[in-house]
Amino acid sequence: MKRRFDIIESCCVPLRIDNIDTDQIIPARFLKATTRDEGFFGENLFRDWRYNADGTLREGFVLNDPLYSGCVLVAGKNFGCGSSREHAAWALSGYGFRVVIAPSFADIHRNNELNSFVLPVEVSGEFVESLFDSIRKDPATRVRVDISAQTVTDLSDGRTESFPLNAYKKYCLMNGLDDIDFLLERKDLIEKYENERWNSR
Amino acid sequence: MNTIFDKIWDAHVVRELEGGESQLYIDRLYCHEVTSPQAFEGLRSRGIGCLRPSRVFCMPDHNIPTMGQDRPIADPVSRAQVEALERNAGEFGLEYFGIKDARSGIVHVAGPEQGLSLPGMTIVCGDSHTSTHGAVGSIAFGIGTSEVEMVLASQCLLQQKPRTMRIRIDGKLGRAVTAKDLALYLMMRLTTSGATGYFVEYAGSAVESLSMEGRLTLCNLSIEMGARGGMVAPDEKTFSYLKGRPYAPKGEEWDRAVAYWRTLRSGDDAVFDREVSFDASDIVPMVTYGTNPGMGVGIDGVIPDDAPAAALEYMGFSPGERMLGKKVDYVFLGACTNGRIEDFRAFASIVRGRHKAAGITAWLVPGSWQVRAQVEREGLDRVLRDAGFELREPGCSACLAMNEDKVPAGKYAVSTSNRNFEGRQGRLSRTILASPLTAAAAAVTGVLTDPRDLLQEE
Repeated sequence: MKRRFDIIESCCVPLRIDNIDTDQIIPARFLKATTRDEGFFGENLFRDWRYNADGTLREGFVLNDPLYSGCVLVAGKNFGCGSSREHAAWALSGYGFRVVIAPSFADIHRNNELNSFVLPVEVSGEFVESLFDSIRKDPATRVRVDISAQTVTDLSDGRTESFPLNAYKKYCLMNGLDDIDFLLERKDLIEKYENERWNSR
Repeated sequence: MNTIFDKIWDAHVVRELEGGESQLYIDRLYCHEVTSPQAFEGLRSRGIGCLRPSRVFCMPDHNIPTMGQDRPIADPVSRAQVEALERNAGEFGLEYFGIKDARSGIVHVAGPEQGLSLPGMTIVCGDSHTSTHGAVGSIAFGIGTSEVEMVLASQCLLQQKPRTMRIRIDGKLGRAVTAKDLALYLMMRLTTSGATGYFVEYAGSAVESLSMEGRLTLCNLSIEMGARGGMVAPDEKTFSYLKGRPYAPKGEEWDRAVAYWRTLRSGDDAVFDREVSFDASDIVPMVTYGTNPGMGVGIDGVIPDDAPAAALEYMGFSPGERMLGKKVDYVFLGACTNGRIEDFRAFASIVRGRHKAAGITAWLVPGSWQVRAQVEREGLDRVLRDAGFELREPGCSACLAMNEDKVPAGKYAVSTSNRNFEGRQGRLSRTILASPLTAAAAAVTGVLTDPRDLLQEE
């Protein structure tokens, strides 16, 4: 869903697992929808970790633990590996996550988050570990994510780290714009490219 | 610098943006039914059309049944999604290969087979295994649905240029060691995030000796190392594979194309951001024991002591156990990884004169109608039938179990597909990734078996 990013302050949901693949984020059987109904995908976020086969909640899974809440998910390295399904980003967004903090992201999923207005915050493994520690000590630990400054701060200890975000994407996220508007604004460049290329062969 | 990747990338840059993104021109977009409906919906809500319809090809593959394709799809939700693709293709003026169309199949099998994927192209699809098409010497990578919409709308994508990595594998692959084993070995060595942020070029004598089918398998699995894509320099094998294919250039145009394709080689002075090399003779037939494709081991090996506990618990395995002899319930031959003619030849070579073991359910799913027709032309269908196997109709099938081909909870499947993630082949299913030869060996013995012990002399 298109939205404008500014400063986000929130509690965190810790999911200390490496290599979380998009099949776990949203299993394939939920990909049959033909609409971009984020609510539907959000209900099925982490479906098989969150629910038993009979539809009851699985105890012990962090999303089912009332201790943890907020719009920031903190995860292990290589978050979102596997399938290119953007439905994974829609599920995160539909559930209410605005930010995912992890030591690294899979390439396609990172783009999908950006295009779905979920902010991937890639920080060092040490920062993430220390944030997991803070949350373990106090589940109400809050973070502050400042997209403009490209920094994330653990408000329990003030530890701050910056994260990468390219200038164009940052502009889009801060202004609620997507790539298509931008690309079609200069359709002439696409035509010029095509003409030059076909003529040069 | 001066890598094939750079050459193709640079030839497709429409403009560079501040902050490092490139506007990249896309030569070919494939659409399947699962990741495209929201993109078409997006075009409609913007009130725009498809900019270059002739560059886009649509075919359903993920959802479709692999038996009784002449009947309407039973699952109404799957049916609606397939019908939406056909309707969207019609509305936006795109070529559509329907389920029974002789040209159709899994996009990553049918695309190269039809000559739609050519050297030097940029190729995308809303599917991570688009990396497959890199085998013809193209830049091919998976994208999300928003990006599918971007390409439909503008024939372009905004992308950060990935770093480059060359993986050299020199030497000769051993007996019963296939491209699949090579890929599983690379994933074991490099892990599932070992190539994240990179675009890979596979090189070395072991790669050059692979058939086109083998190269397609190898490039297919690039994404499982985290790579955006993987490619092999086009050579005579590539050209003879492509020549005469329905959508490949013809006549003078073919000669001009080949002359250009010959220039697509990394220079001797090429600089990659990272280079690694391996020795082909170190590789044996591989299987996975865990819940990501990097958790692999030689079939005659044991589960490592440091294997992640959660993965072993899910699989019902313990550290130190031997893989050989483990009970198998299901065997799946197919997917964009191993659903090509060579894979069916390999499978048939093991089961010939043997019989499917009691208690094994096997799904043999060709990657396309062309593959199925070739299987029949070569009489392999008879070999398979005599051994108690049944040939199904093409589609993605049990690779991601969106159709009826689901492995039940707790059951073990030896699968030639690409992912052994939790629940990938059905809720709580347990997947062991392997080559077609290893899958065939399991299918006739009912347990994990070293294919080298069953290989028959031709």
